[in-house]
Amino acid sequence: MIRVCVMGAAGYLGGELLRLLLGHPGTEVARAVSTRFPGRRVDSVHPNLRGRTALAFSSPDDLDACDVLLMATPHRTTMTLLPEVRRHARTVIDLSGDFRLPDAAVYERYYGVPHAAPELLGEFVPGVPELFRAELAGADLISVPGCTATAAILALRPLAGLVGPDVQIDARTGSSGSGALAGDANLHAERSGAMRVFAPVRHRHEAEVSRLTGLNARMTATGVEAVRGVQVVCHATGAADERTLRRAYREHYGGEPFVRIVAHRTGAHRLPDPKLLSGSNYCDVGFAADGDRITAIAALDNLVKGGAGAAVQCLNVRTGQPETLGLEFPGLHPI
Amino acid sequence: MTLTCPECEGPVELAEPVRLSEIAQCADCSSELEVVGLDPVALALAPEIEEDWGE
Repeated sequence: MIRVCVMGAAGYLGGELLRLLLGHPGTEVARAVSTRFPGRRVDSVHPNLRGRTALAFSSPDDLDACDVLLMATPHRTTMTLLPEVRRHARTVIDLSGDFRLPDAAVYERYYGVPHAAPELLGEFVPGVPELFRAELAGADLISVPGCTATAAILALRPLAGLVGPDVQIDARTGSSGSGALAGDANLHAERSGAMRVFAPVRHRHEAEVSRLTGLNARMTATGVEAVRGVQVVCHATGAADERTLRRAYREHYGGEPFVRIVAHRTGAHRLPDPKLLSGSNYCDVGFAADGDRITAIAALDNLVKGGAGAAVQCLNVRTGQPETLGLEFPGLHPI
Repeated sequence: MTLTCPECEGPVELAEPVRLSEIAQCADCSSELEVVGLDPVALALAPEIEEDWGE
């Protein structure tokens, strides 16, 4: 069994990590670390885990040796913790934004503070098995991209060479992306029914998407009514027709266990829709073309393929287990 | 027998014997396809009613 510890285990991503890892036949959850709730039962904070574990949250001081340490701690905090806690584990998988960008100056531009551990920035392998499977198999430091970044990267990667360098990404996200400590702006009275454009320019995931696709990505992001889910609609310019696009997507994702090509001509769900993906580790990608206009679409569950599920997929690759282990849930319909 | 979808080039399985006007659906792009010839067997997009989500 792979012995795992989760830091930041009381948050939404931490809860999803625990849900997936407790159901995973190859992992043993040794510690669920929380600074807010040490000593309290895990299922008192994550009620969906009632009957699945008797584990109580640990204090960060109790962290001890494990095979894989998963960091679901906040941006700006993780970079101060990681240099110290990494000694407890052979492999660290970070879900925060702190080690996604290899350049400290770019980090400061997008996150607003200087990086606290710039010497580690170049050591992380991006947690995208579809692009870095071979590197992840030997990686000791893994950084999972943001949820909208993962969707955009998987939507756009097959288009490299087929579209011009500039791409505009319109991202929509559910409220769980704001985390479990969301502020006044996320009160139900404020959020319900809203379509809040919270990042009209310079979303912080632009840099990750540009880095991993080779395109010049510009992103806007809007919070919508859903609790879970991310959808990106990406606009680009190129000469490829739909048949060429489908060939490119098949070439990239034909053998991928968690990327499905959804560009259908019939049915109620012809293009990727996050509603169908709640709880699943799938990312659905689709496309359309008209003249020189190309639109790429992707959807995923922000807490699963956009976070905890991607981390577990990376864990499987790193530890030599079947990549789909513990991640087989297909989602619900209707929901 | 396996044919190629005229819409997306995906594989389309047809049970034999194939009949003229038989309808099949492509698993890759969900297009409804109609058998429009038997010698050789040929597929074409079946007529469809466009869906409109209030646009």
